[in-house]
Amino acid sequence: MLYPIVVKRTLAPGVRLYEIRAPLVARKAQPGQFVIIRVNETGERIPLTIADFDREFGMITMVVQEIGFTTKTLAKMEVGDDLLDFIGPLGNPSKLPDSGTVVCIGGGVGCAPLYPQVRALGEKGVNVITIVGARSAENLILTRELGRYSKELHITTDDGSEGRKGFVSDVLKELIEKGTPIDEVIAIGPMIMMKVVSGVTKQYAIPTVISLNSLMVDGTGMCGSCRVTVGGVTKFACVDGPEFDAHQIDFDEQMKRSAVYRDQEAKALERLNCGCRNGH
Amino acid sequence: MSDKPKKKPLVKLKRPMPEQDPHARVGNFNEVALGYAAEDAIAEAGRCLHCKDAPCKQGCPVEVDIPEFISEIIEGRFDEAADVIRLKNNLPAICGRVCPQESQCEKFCLMGKKFEPVAIGRLERFVADYALEKEQSEESPVKSADGQGRRVAVVGSGPAGLTCAADLARMGYQVTIFEALHKPGGVLVYGIPEFRLPKQVVQAEIEYVQSLGVEIKVNMVIGKTLSVDELLGEFEFDAVFIGTGAGAPRFMCIPGENLNGVYSANEFLTRANLMKAYLFPEYATPIRVGRRVAVVGAGNVALDAARTALRLGAESVSIVYRRSREEMPARLEEFLHAEEEGIEFNFLRNPVRIIGDDRGWVTGMECIRMTLGEPDDSGRCSPVCVEESNFEMKVDTVVIAIGQSPNPLVGRTTPGLEIGRRGTIVANEETGQTSREGVFAGGDIVTGAATVILAMGAGKKAARTIDAHLKEG
Ligand SMILES: Cc1cc2nc3c(=O)[nH]c(=O)nc-3n(C[C@H](O)[C@H](O)[C@H](O)COP(=O)(O)OP(=O)(O)OC[C@H]3O[C@@H](n4cnc5c(N)ncnc54)[C@H](O)[C@@H]3O)c2cc1C
Ligand code: FES
Repeated sequence: MLYPIVVKRTLAPGVRLYEIRAPLVARKAQPGQFVIIRVNETGERIPLTIADFDREFGMITMVVQEIGFTTKTLAKMEVGDDLLDFIGPLGNPSKLPDSGTVVCIGGGVGCAPLYPQVRALGEKGVNVITIVGARSAENLILTRELGRYSKELHITTDDGSEGRKGFVSDVLKELIEKGTPIDEVIAIGPMIMMKVVSGVTKQYAIPTVISLNSLMVDGTGMCGSCRVTVGGVTKFACVDGPEFDAHQIDFDEQMKRSAVYRDQEAKALERLNCGCRNGH
Repeated sequence: MSDKPKKKPLVKLKRPMPEQDPHARVGNFNEVALGYAAEDAIAEAGRCLHCKDAPCKQGCPVEVDIPEFISEIIEGRFDEAADVIRLKNNLPAICGRVCPQESQCEKFCLMGKKFEPVAIGRLERFVADYALEKEQSEESPVKSADGQGRRVAVVGSGPAGLTCAADLARMGYQVTIFEALHKPGGVLVYGIPEFRLPKQVVQAEIEYVQSLGVEIKVNMVIGKTLSVDELLGEFEFDAVFIGTGAGAPRFMCIPGENLNGVYSANEFLTRANLMKAYLFPEYATPIRVGRRVAVVGAGNVALDAARTALRLGAESVSIVYRRSREEMPARLEEFLHAEEEGIEFNFLRNPVRIIGDDRGWVTGMECIRMTLGEPDDSGRCSPVCVEESNFEMKVDTVVIAIGQSPNPLVGRTTPGLEIGRRGTIVANEETGQTSREGVFAGGDIVTGAATVILAMGAGKKAARTIDAHLKEG
């Protein structure tokens, strides 16, 4: 069985949305879960968070930032091309509250996996305040969709080219200081963003959930590549997560772990760029 | 066998098997043991004493008729020899390579009482390779119509699942294997390295199983993509066999275990074998081997990881084991091969801490010396720390190979399935029957990490029970 790319769309520079036909995965997918893909026979297995799903048409949506060898190879594939392997849905679904006020924070491509959660919360009638952040206006994605299910939408950019200049954590702090009653914070984005957000909410003891995108191989608890220290105990992000209580996570360890293959990745990219291989 | 071969002069030792030179082989991933040629096989088979009661047979968990296939070899009838083996064993080229024959069939060989036993494993391997080469599977194997098209789902495509599936297919059942990874074979493909078990051999054996009519669906994580209850319900299978193995890695729970450069043996071997990281960057999966590697543990898994590290370019590789050489669980052959290749063995040492730099990379491992105390319940001497004997090993990669546990995914998502103390699925050893009607299990998921052949034996027994169960129902 192969998994065809049905839709491919550019959302921002270096960020693309793909819809893949994988009926058995779509049948079970829930917000917060992820898939493992392998693009071709020589490809590596990489995890991608599910950004949306359509059970009726058997489709899974993923938003991919082109950073590494595999994501760049994927970018060279077109509608009608097949992914060789597509495994999921993996990990635990998000545990979303049924009421109260939830601040949802998305940084960069993190807005994509955040979206199904915002939508689910919005549909339940939860009071959703969404804060999105990106480097610059052109890097913002899915703001319209997020806005549709949010009571408030705040936009920040590092350079001030859209929304307010600054970081998502600035807005969060203001909301808290203004006395907004916040029952929970959900933050998905770069590790450093999640760390800063977690630092803020910890001070105020606001329950905070983050989603990790650890390095993975199997995604089913068989290798331990996705290890993370949570509350002093080693957990596997693929089966125990990918969402965790932010206040328990050892962010510094996670940031170091994410750099394990930086040298190799550079080598692989060189190969891709010199055109030794066309991605198929 | 009416006309028994004439007695020949007694040959006391096994006919040696040609091997790749140790110096050459640490630089490649090609198979170490090269296998018998036909004349080697005939000569070795000639050592068989043809004992009336054939004690060797009792040592084979899948009941291969050993004297019979040896007799066929003596006559040069290798196809017939292969038929005799395949009647009971669907994966002989694999078993001939990785079975611990020294503690099974060969242990009971009468020759072995005074001299070396007949090299039954090497003979099995020879016959199986001969048959695979001839693409013997072309003539489609005999199938009975007993199954009447009833459908059985097999979860996991390791030796247990493959054997159960093949036996049921022969009985005429429609069998589908659901495998979580993108390639079938279980430990045979992701764990045991190419130099000990070429993946082409595994592939050929799997194709043989497929030729019996077994369908294999990969990328199917049971418990996630589909549940056991869905297989029995919506997907209309009449029975389910679970052979999901013991693939979850154990860690030591010591400080520094999450530093960069610390691998579980499973991750290290999966990257190297399944993902072919040794061909990076042609294959996209990276692996970081480092210059000085310590492997903790001394089972087959540890030695496979150590020998893999060497082939990936490590300058030195040390095994660190808390007991002594005598207690080492690895097969003797593997140990000898590893020693020849230059793996260092540090017995009676145990890690207490892994040390890293401020960027999070391993720079060393602190160990403590051990001594052996009184034997414990299992009869093995339990190791005891020697106070204040700590020392540091300068290493930049640590591979932890202290054992694997069953993966809890299927258990957690199958209501009513009884799980044992160590996370194993509780099943009757003779029948494979679990606490759920229509659900059977066998292999490492039931016994905890064991051997290929025991997993196959369990798959075989379960196939028989499933057949009986479905005929009743
Ligand atoms: C490195 C290594 C070296 C070894 N060397 C030897 C040796 O030399 N000789 C020997 O006899 N034994 C050896 N063993 C042990 C032997 O490999 C195992 O005992 C044997 O493979 C167990 O077979 P199994 O079928 O029970 O499970 P496995 O071979 O583990 O297969 C289980 C399969 O189930 C799949 N699976 C797991 N969960 C799910 C799920 N939820 N849904 C779908 N599929 C799932 C897995 O991906 C896997 O493919 C070794 C083991 C390792 C790890
Ligand atoms: S990815 Fe292998 S255990 Fe999580």
